[in-house]
Amino acid sequence: MSDQLADSAERLFAANTGKAVIRAAEDGTFPQALWDAVTEAGFTAALLPEHTGGYGTTVMEAMALLQIAAAHAAPIPLAETMLAGWLLAQAGLSVPEGVLTLAPVRVRDVLTLRRSGDVWHLTGTASRIPWARDAAAIVVLAEGPNGPAVALLCPDGFTLSHDRNLAGEPRDTITIDAMLAADAVAPSPLAPAQLRAAGAAVRTVQIAGALSRALSLSVQYAQTRVQFGRPIGKFQAIQQNLAILAGHAAAAVAAADMAADALANGLDPLLVGAAKARAGEAASVAAGLAHQSHGAIGFTQEYELHFATRRLWSWRDEFGNEAEWNGVVGRAVLAAGPDGLWPALTAA
Amino acid sequence: MQALNFTTPPPFDPVAEALRHDVRQFLAVEMHDRTPHQRAESWSGNDPAFSRKMGERGWIGMAWPKRYGGHERTALERYVVLEEMLAAGAPVGHHWVADRQSGPNILRNGTEAQREQILPRIAAGECSFCIGMSEPDSGSDLAAARTRAQRVQGGWLVNGTKVWTSGAHRADYMILFCRTGAKSEGDRHAGASQFLVDMNQARGGGMTVRPIIDMRGAHHFNEVAIGDLLLPDDALLGQEGDGWNQVTAELAFERSGPDRFLSAFTLLVEAVRALGPTAPERAAVAIGRLTSHILALRRLSRSVAGMLQAGEDPALQAALVKDLGNVLEQETVKVVRLLVDVEPSEEDGSPPLIAVLAHLVMTAPSFSLRGGTREIMRGIIARGLGLR
Ligand SMILES: Cc1cc2nc3c(=O)[nH]c(=O)nc-3n(C[C@H](O)[C@H](O)[C@H](O)COP(=O)(O)OP(=O)(O)OC[C@H]3O[C@@H](n4cnc5c(N)ncnc54)[C@H](O)[C@@H]3O)c2cc1C
Repeated sequence: MSDQLADSAERLFAANTGKAVIRAAEDGTFPQALWDAVTEAGFTAALLPEHTGGYGTTVMEAMALLQIAAAHAAPIPLAETMLAGWLLAQAGLSVPEGVLTLAPVRVRDVLTLRRSGDVWHLTGTASRIPWARDAAAIVVLAEGPNGPAVALLCPDGFTLSHDRNLAGEPRDTITIDAMLAADAVAPSPLAPAQLRAAGAAVRTVQIAGALSRALSLSVQYAQTRVQFGRPIGKFQAIQQNLAILAGHAAAAVAAADMAADALANGLDPLLVGAAKARAGEAASVAAGLAHQSHGAIGFTQEYELHFATRRLWSWRDEFGNEAEWNGVVGRAVLAAGPDGLWPALTAA
Repeated sequence: MQALNFTTPPPFDPVAEALRHDVRQFLAVEMHDRTPHQRAESWSGNDPAFSRKMGERGWIGMAWPKRYGGHERTALERYVVLEEMLAAGAPVGHHWVADRQSGPNILRNGTEAQREQILPRIAAGECSFCIGMSEPDSGSDLAAARTRAQRVQGGWLVNGTKVWTSGAHRADYMILFCRTGAKSEGDRHAGASQFLVDMNQARGGGMTVRPIIDMRGAHHFNEVAIGDLLLPDDALLGQEGDGWNQVTAELAFERSGPDRFLSAFTLLVEAVRALGPTAPERAAVAIGRLTSHILALRRLSRSVAGMLQAGEDPALQAALVKDLGNVLEQETVKVVRLLVDVEPSEEDGSPPLIAVLAHLVMTAPSFSLRGGTREIMRGIIARGLGLR
């Protein structure tokens, strides 16, 4: 992406996301000022084609913005709004303003759409819906009479019970019983598995962002914390651990690249799966090493490392953990067989 | 945070993909009778005839200028050939070191005469190199090298001992790293130089190459005793006293390629063959994990190739990819052996998976030693992070 875009994103998030904003969000106050700044900058529309309200940013650039937002632990539904708008646009529905999110996000949650005269009747329960409580609308991928359909659901169409992930981000349960106008529904261009892959792709990008933050905090801390008369970063054991952390951070960035590629080019399950699984593994190893090199301070609420690590521990499980996605990748290469294995990798 | 700056790898390139197709056709013919056990040798497998055929195709010295026998192709095209060879387990050992690091070193630092005399022969697949760095008392601490070249009438007189020198018994040339002057106060890297040693001459007098048999029973590396070896003036490679900078750059080439994460690929292929499409979920997850790691590494590694092409210095990134890659290669062995209930053996007649597994169990420990140890790689990364 252009350095200019990256720089302006860096500045925007640095100026609007601090400990106080993140804490207030965890305590239930939506960070309106941050959200407004992000919306005004056009970031929420970064995945939209120009004719549907986008600004001509590429998928790569949109994902780079998301990575920067995650590095700052910006407590906003940027990924969800991007992705929900992206799905609406692909289905040919118009994209409303404001916070958007997606449902369902868990494999077993199925939402059903039935014809009822001129309108549609949408029903079902979906858990762990990101930011449902703050959403202007929820973009639903439902089972319709003729296959998967995309529906735009407004807050008056569901009841809500609050839930959160480890990072204090809203992950609510919604129970839907809604009548939807005909123009709020369209056949879905994506199957549920593809939407899951798209979700995995954005979480992969976010993991790379949070991991880069965990690394930079750990390096800074090792350079300044003095024990035995010198900065702990001078001890080889710390150096070796931070080198491992850096390796996983680099692998996560590569995974984020793969995820962005996949999102731009048809969501190849092999590529998305490898990306999410690799990033998830990196998150697990790296978060542990980051905490180890911080000592007790990293275990406190006061210090900011947990803003990154609690996100890593949440995001690695959302839209499929490593077991799920490695399984997908493994099935694909086992099906390709010994002679098809390498060609499958180079084609991914 | 320098360690994380991996530039986006070069994009999909139709020329490179057409080349990939050609390489696969070549391999389908040339490799059809090579057993998995032979393929497991990876880039240690030595077959001069195979190297000559690659040279005829223009697949060695690919990025070098045409006037030195090169083909002026891109780093990405070269990368495609390398990874296809490694994935197939092709016996590329005869030219591997020359193509990877010695040739580029000569191209960068050699005299016009050295370039003209040697590079076309490397590109033809007819000339093999060995690496004369390690010594009995100088392993990770390369600056501790004691082998010394002393200026004499008509050239240089060399004395010392090199060790672990892979292929010294076959190589046409060695690039020798040694002392030519004193370390200066506060700079233990000063006073070193590199030489181009004609091994066929040297083995005739002044150099004794003794095999060191590895624990698998194979003869790859050697002890090289050098006693009053007379080298001509024009054997000096690059600047006298600049050896440390030159060898550091050479090591970046040595560490930067896909050979640092594909050494165990044949084992993955054989595991996929043995497990089959109906393997239990546990196996699919484990195989998928190895595959996911390879895909991420391939991105990082292609990014390093792109940085080399752009004239950047990716020494740090190369160290990082090598470390991640070596971990993966060794993990492959650990993971696969728990998926297949076999007892590894390289005895004649062993089924492919069993032989390949045995080969890799026995060679894997070397992956994180050769080319610089795991700890040294991590030290380089830590320096890049600003910790040292
Ligand atoms: C198969 C194989 C092929 C080889 N081929 C060649 C060749 O062709 N040419 C050539 O010149 N060399 C070759 N080598 C040698 C290789 O480069 C050395 O083995 C390597 O550099 C390590 O040196 P060493 O074996 O002396 O171990 P040492 O340097 O003695 O290291 C022993 C252990 O101590 C650790 N250690 C050392 N210093 C430090 C430090 N500062 N901090 C933390 N840990 C440290 C190492 O990581 C290692 O774990 C080959 C080695 C192998 C295994």
